[in-house]
Order: sequence, then C-alpha cells, then structure tokens
Amino acid sequence: MSLDKVLKYTSASKTNPYAFDDDENFLKRDVTDNISHFDFKFAPVLKPAEFAKSHIDVKSQKDSLIKLAHGTTTLAFKFKNGVIVATDSRATSGNVIASQTVKKVIEINPYLLGTMAGGAADCSYWERELGRRCRLHELANKERISVAAASKLLTNMVYSYKGMGLSMGTMISGWDKKGPGLYYVDSEGQRIKGNLFSVGSGSTFAYGVLDTSYRYDMETDEAIELGRRAIYHATHRDAMSGGYVRLYHIKKEGWEFIGLEDVEDLYYKYNNQE
Amino acid sequence: MDIQLGLAGKDFVILLADNQITNSILTIKHDEDKIYKLSEHVVMSVSGEPGDSSNFSEYILGNTVLYNIRNQHELSVDSCAKFTRKELANALRSRSPYQVNYLIGGYNTISQKPALYRIDYLASIAKVEFAAHGYASYFCYSIFDRMKKPDLTQDEALDILAACVNELTRRLVINHSSYTLKLVDSNGVRVINGEELLKRTSAK
Repeated sequence: MSLDKVLKYTSASKTNPYAFDDDENFLKRDVTDNISHFDFKFAPVLKPAEFAKSHIDVKSQKDSLIKLAHGTTTLAFKFKNGVIVATDSRATSGNVIASQTVKKVIEINPYLLGTMAGGAADCSYWERELGRRCRLHELANKERISVAAASKLLTNMVYSYKGMGLSMGTMISGWDKKGPGLYYVDSEGQRIKGNLFSVGSGSTFAYGVLDTSYRYDMETDEAIELGRRAIYHATHRDAMSGGYVRLYHIKKEGWEFIGLEDVEDLYYKYNNQE
Repeated sequence: MDIQLGLAGKDFVILLADNQITNSILTIKHDEDKIYKLSEHVVMSVSGEPGDSSNFSEYILGNTVLYNIRNQHELSVDSCAKFTRKELANALRSRSPYQVNYLIGGYNTISQKPALYRIDYLASIAKVEFAAHGYASYFCYSIFDRMKKPDLTQDEALDILAACVNELTRRLVINHSSYTLKLVDSNGVRVINGEELLKRTSAK
C-alpha cells in the first residue's frame, strides 16, 4: 500500500461504490484530504464504520468476528544520552498467547522509532505510512523530518479517522536538530510531548519501576538496565505481557538495537543476583 | 476530571487550570499547560475529549493569530469568544461535534474592561464574573458566591482561587499536584507561579 504510493502506482478502481452513499456529506465533513487518496475496502453496507465497529473487539469483551491483539508493555524515556525504547514481545488473543516473538518496535527510518500497542495492524499500517511521508519530507526539503513534525503527521492522520474504530497507542521517538525527541500519540488524536511514557496493559507495572529509579542524568548503561528491568517486572505481573525484552537506544547517530532477551533468562539472572 | 477556573476582577482576569493529562486510572503527564495564549490580551483554557481539545484549540489559535497578522489588529476577547462559540456551534450539528469546554478570558484594550466567557461543548456562551467547568464547579461555585465582591483586587482574587484549590484538595477524590495560572490585564498576559498559590493555601 505504502510502496505503491511512492512508485506512483494506481489501481484500476479508485472509487468505492458502497462507501457512505447514504450521506454524501459524510466524506466532506469527517474525512479530510488525507483520506481521499487511500482506497480502503469498505463493507458493502450503508454505514461501513458502524458495521466495522460492531464486529471489531476493541476491549476483548465481545465475541466478535475480528479479535485484535491486545496486552502489551511498551516504554520509552529520554535521558542525557538519548532515548531508550523497550518493549515486550507477547501477543494475546482472548486467553491464548498468539505469539511470543512479536516485534513491537517499528523502525520508521534510521532516526525514528515507533512503538506498537493496541491494534497491531493499525500501528504497523499507519507507522509505515508515516515512514513514507517522512521520506517524502526528506526528498522535498533536503533535510530529515523532526520528531515533532513526524508525530504531528501521525496524529493528523489518525485524528481524521477518530471514532471509526482505530486502536493504537504509540510512542514516536527519535533524534533531530533539537536533540532527543519523544511523543505519545494515540488513536484518540492525542499527542503529548514528554520525558517518560509507558503504554499498554502492563504500563502501570512499568511506570512503578521507572518512576522510582528514573533520573534524567543517568549513564547509558544504567538507562538501558532501567528499561530492561521495567519491562521485565511488567511481564512478571501482567499476564498479557511476556516473551522477550526488546531494547533500543536512540543517539545522535540514529537508533541502535541493543538486544533481545528472554524474560525467563532474566528471571533466573535477577533471582540469582539476590 | 480536569479543573478549570476563571475569575474576572476590577481590571484583570485570572484563569486557572490543572496540569494533568489522564487516561482512565493513569496520569500520563503532570506538567501540561492547558491555557493557550490567543493574543497579547486573550487567554483560553481547555478541557474535554482528548484529541478534540488540542485539535480544535489549535484551530482556534491558528485562526486568531492569522486574523491578527492579516489585519494588524488584535481580535478582542469578546470577538475571540464569539468566534470560538460559532465554530463550536457549527460543528455541533455536524457528524463530528467537538466535545470541548472553554473559559476565555482577557482584557479588552478598547473598552478597557476585563471579560470572562464560559463556553461549553453545547456551544452555549455566558459572559460571567467567575466560572468553572467539570467537577470543580460543584465545589467552587459556592466559594465564588461566598467570597465575590465588586472590583476584586488581584490579591483578593488569588485568595479566592487559593480557597478553591484548598477545597478541591480536601474534598475531591482526585488530587491535582500542580496548577497553571495566567493573569491578563492591560499589560498583557502574565504567568503566576502555581506554587505561590499553593503556599497561600497552606498559609490559611
């Protein structure tokens, strides 16, 4: 979808005969120019948005047709030497662990990372689309996009779909002219700048560890260890988080992948220390 | 759960807002400034639905600033409030109304009078002496009624707001650790240190 936009590929049919024909104004009012060049498939009913909402299980309560992957712990924080991004790797669907090896960090470009919480498809789709727009910004302006601008692009895109069932909670982090940058962006259209965020069902556990030991002037090793510990403790208490701790460090030269560690190994490592 | 208070005095207006952004049981930010400066003599505090509040407020901010640049003339408080109300009213009958509440305060440099407007998500507007939105209104209106008097001085106004904050910390289940205060008078907008207000509370 994103790639064919860059390559100027156009599909044969651009219009959807089923979409919103109950109310022409719907497109005019709700949907900005952002949307008009996307040709999504809509359900062949009068109100596709309503239809989709009634069949997507956003809060894992209903026995719906479409079950979204839920339960996550993701975190990111700024410190004197950059940004640390850490996530778990579990995907659950109902009471099953669907996967233990999910990659919840999206590498938008060598200087920008996005995290994934909520609907996996929504996150990966919109962050890939964000990657495309960031590249276009680079080509048009001969300079890299700032973290502030990138996160604003994402918020504007998802805000135009507000109330239509998107579900995502993401942290956009990177390094630009102003140094390290970190924004929280969600499908409500919220965009918050900050030094420390955690998103997902395990976020309260992660916040507990983070808030007690976080200092802005930490050394890099200390910061990486804090990120690792916070995710580890969250996976220990939150049944919907687990698998591996995935760690990144964003510095002036761009992001660096630190590693992937099995939380079970960490369990024995931390317990033998004591 | 947002706290939003406003008070118009003799020749000034003060707006107070909490600094928290919350998401169900979580506080995701403790130091957000929810009071936008629309122009040299107009400020606007916001609460309501997460995405809408920032998006619509930035729209209002952008348009007032644009007006000021185009016309080399500052839009008055009264006009800012009425413009906001109209935009909100138009959106109200559309598919996606904005769920946002506003307090717009400022000093009208032509009539040389302060003004405070209370606008809610149903686009009703009221020019008032004091105002509150949300849960704070249940606690603070009685304090305003009790302590109000004509031609309030800045010191008296801060005492009233201190009493409000005091009551909110004492009786409202949610505690707000810090507040932003902005005062507008003929000299423009001034930020009052929230800590100072909290000191006033503990001094009583």
